[in-house]
Amino acid sequence: MSNTILTVDNLHVAFKTQTGKLTAVRGVSFDLKKGETLAIVGESGSGKSVTAKSIMQLLPTATTEVTKGDIVYNGESLLKMTKRQVTNLRGSEISMVFQDPMTSLNPTMKVGKQIMEGVQRHEQLTKAQARERALDMLKLVGIPQAENRLDNYPHQFSGGMRQRVVIALALACNPKVLIADEPTTALDVTIQAQILDLMKDLQKKTDTAIILITHDLGVVANMADRVAVMYGGKIVEQGTLDEIFYNPQHPYTLGLLQSMPKLSEDRSQPLLPIAGSPPNLATLGEGCAFAARCPHTMAVCHTYTPRDTVSETGHSVACWLQDPRIAASEETAELVETGNSSL
Amino acid sequence: MKRYLLQRIGFMLITLFIIVTATFFLMQLLPGTPFTNPEKLTESQLAILNAKYGLDQPVAIQYIQYIGNLVQGDLGYSFQHEGRTVTSMISDRIGPSAFIGLQALVIGAIIGLVLGIVSALRHNSILDYGSVTLAVLGMSIPSFVFAALLQYYVGVKLEWLPVALWEGYSSTLLPSIALSVTVTATVARFIRSEMLEVIGQDYIITARAKGLKENQVIVKHVIRNALIPVVTMLGPLAVSIMTGTLVIEKIFAVPGLGEQFTLSILVLDYSVIMGITIFYSALFILVVFVVDIIYSFLDPRINYKGESA
Repeated sequence: MSNTILTVDNLHVAFKTQTGKLTAVRGVSFDLKKGETLAIVGESGSGKSVTAKSIMQLLPTATTEVTKGDIVYNGESLLKMTKRQVTNLRGSEISMVFQDPMTSLNPTMKVGKQIMEGVQRHEQLTKAQARERALDMLKLVGIPQAENRLDNYPHQFSGGMRQRVVIALALACNPKVLIADEPTTALDVTIQAQILDLMKDLQKKTDTAIILITHDLGVVANMADRVAVMYGGKIVEQGTLDEIFYNPQHPYTLGLLQSMPKLSEDRSQPLLPIAGSPPNLATLGEGCAFAARCPHTMAVCHTYTPRDTVSETGHSVACWLQDPRIAASEETAELVETGNSSL
Repeated sequence: MKRYLLQRIGFMLITLFIIVTATFFLMQLLPGTPFTNPEKLTESQLAILNAKYGLDQPVAIQYIQYIGNLVQGDLGYSFQHEGRTVTSMISDRIGPSAFIGLQALVIGAIIGLVLGIVSALRHNSILDYGSVTLAVLGMSIPSFVFAALLQYYVGVKLEWLPVALWEGYSSTLLPSIALSVTVTATVARFIRSEMLEVIGQDYIITARAKGLKENQVIVKHVIRNALIPVVTMLGPLAVSIMTGTLVIEKIFAVPGLGEQFTLSILVLDYSVIMGITIFYSALFILVVFVVDIIYSFLDPRINYKGESA
C-alpha cells in the first residue's frame, strides 16, 4: 500500500563523551512519502542534523551510536544492513546536500571529476559517458557554459554556483531521497531563493523526496509539504504545512512562528522571542524538554514526558496541553497541579 | 607568472648575498688566522703565504675581491690544501653525502608515510599511540645515539654490516638507516596531523555521501590532499640531509661534505668555509623555490599568474 519510502522509527542517537553518553536524538519518528518534501525545523542543537546524518550513517562511529530505534528504507532496515550495502545506497538511492558549499567540495579535484566519481561508482558507465552525465547535470542545475566549467576547480565558482554543483553531484544518480541539510544557510538571500527554486524545479522533474533540514521558517513555507518541528532531540509537532503554520498546537511551534518578523506588522513592534535558552542535553531527564521555557507549563510537564497526540489528519503534537487525558478529565486537576500520579 | 619568477629569483639572489656577507665577516671574528704557525713558519714565510692568499689586504678589500670572484663563479683555492680549488673539493665530497642522504630520505619517507597514514586512520588506537611515541623518540633522540646502537648491534655483535668503513654499497646502509630515523619521525608526525585535519573536512563527508568506498575516500580525497603540504616539508629536509651531517659522517667514516665542512672550520680554511656555506645556502634557497613552483601544480588554488582566483 505504502508510498512511504523512508521511515524513521523512535530513533535515538548518542554521542560518546568523556563524561558518558549524551543522547542528542531522543526518539524521533517520521515517515517520508515518495516525492514529498518534509521539512525538519528546529534551533541549533535540537538534533536535526544528527538525525539527517544518521539516516546516511555518516556520523563518525568512534563518537556516535544509534542506541535505539530503526531507519527503514524501502522496507529494509538501514541499520541492519552491512556497511557495503549502505555504501551502495549512498549517492544512488539516498543523497545529501550540505550546509556550506565553500567547504563541501574537494578543493583539489575538478568539479566534473567529483560528479563523475559518484556516477562511476554506482553505474556501469565509461569515462566518456560519466563525463556526459556530469555535463548534463551541470546544465540541469543551471551552470552557464557547463562544457568549460567541468574542468574547473571549486575555488573558481561562487558560493551559489558551488551549491548548484553540490546539488548536481547529489542528484547525478537519480536518488529517491535527497537530504538537504540547511542547503541555503550559507548563501546570500537572493541566491537562497534561486537554489530553493532550483530544488523545487528538479524535484518536479525527478520525483525525488526531500528531507529539508532548516531553521528558517521562510524556507519551510516556500518548500515543504509537511513539517516536523524538533526540540531537544525530539519531534514535538508534526503536520502538513498548513496545519503547522495556521494551526500550531505546541507552544514551541507557536513561539517560533510568533518570533518571525512580519512585513504586515508595524515595524516599531518588537519581535517576540522565546524566553530562555535551549536545553542542556546532558541534564535533560524525564518531562517535557520545553517545560522550562513554556508559558503554559504545568506541574506534570516537569515530571512526565508527553506522548504524541495524533489528530485524524495525522497532525501530531507531543504536549500535555493537547493530551486528551488532561484536557478531558476534571479528576486530573490535582494531577496537573502537583504532577504526582502515574500516567 | 614570468613577473613572479623574476621577482622570486631577485629575492633569492639578495638572500644569498646577505648570507655570504654575514658569513664572511663572522668568520673573520674567529680567533686566529689560517696560518697560525702550525709548522713553525718564519715571519717571512708567513708573509709570503698571506700575500699569496690576499690575507695581507684589509678585510674590506678581501671582501670585495671575494665577491668579485664569486660573481664569476670562482670559489677560490683552499688555504690548507695547496693548489686545490674549493669547487673540486665540494664536488669530490658531495657524492657520498648525497647518496647516504638520498637513501635515508627514501627509507624515512616511506616508513614515515606508512606509519603516519596508519596512525591517522586508526586515530586514538594503540597503533596510533605507539607510532606517535616512536615519532617523538625519533625526533628527540639525536641520530648519533642510533648510530652507536646500530654499530654495536648490527656491526659488532651480528657482524652483518661494516662498522665504520667506506667500501662498497654495504657501508652506506648503516649511516643511511641512522639518518633516516629523524626523517621517519618528522614525516610520520606531519602526515598524521595533515590527514587528521583533512579527514575532518566537510568534503570528506561529501565523498562518503557519494557512496565512494572507504579506500577510495582515503586514497583519492584524504591522502591526496594531505600529501600536498608534505611536499613543502620534504624539500628543505632533503637538502639538509643530503648535504652531509657532521656527526654521522664522522662516526661511520664517510668521506662526505659534512666532515669536510667541520674540518675546514677547525683549521680556519676560509675559502672552503665560504664555499660550502654558499653551496648549502644556494641549494636550500633553490629547493624552497622549486617546492613553491611544484606546489602550484599540486594545489590548483595556488597560481602565480596573478589571475583572480
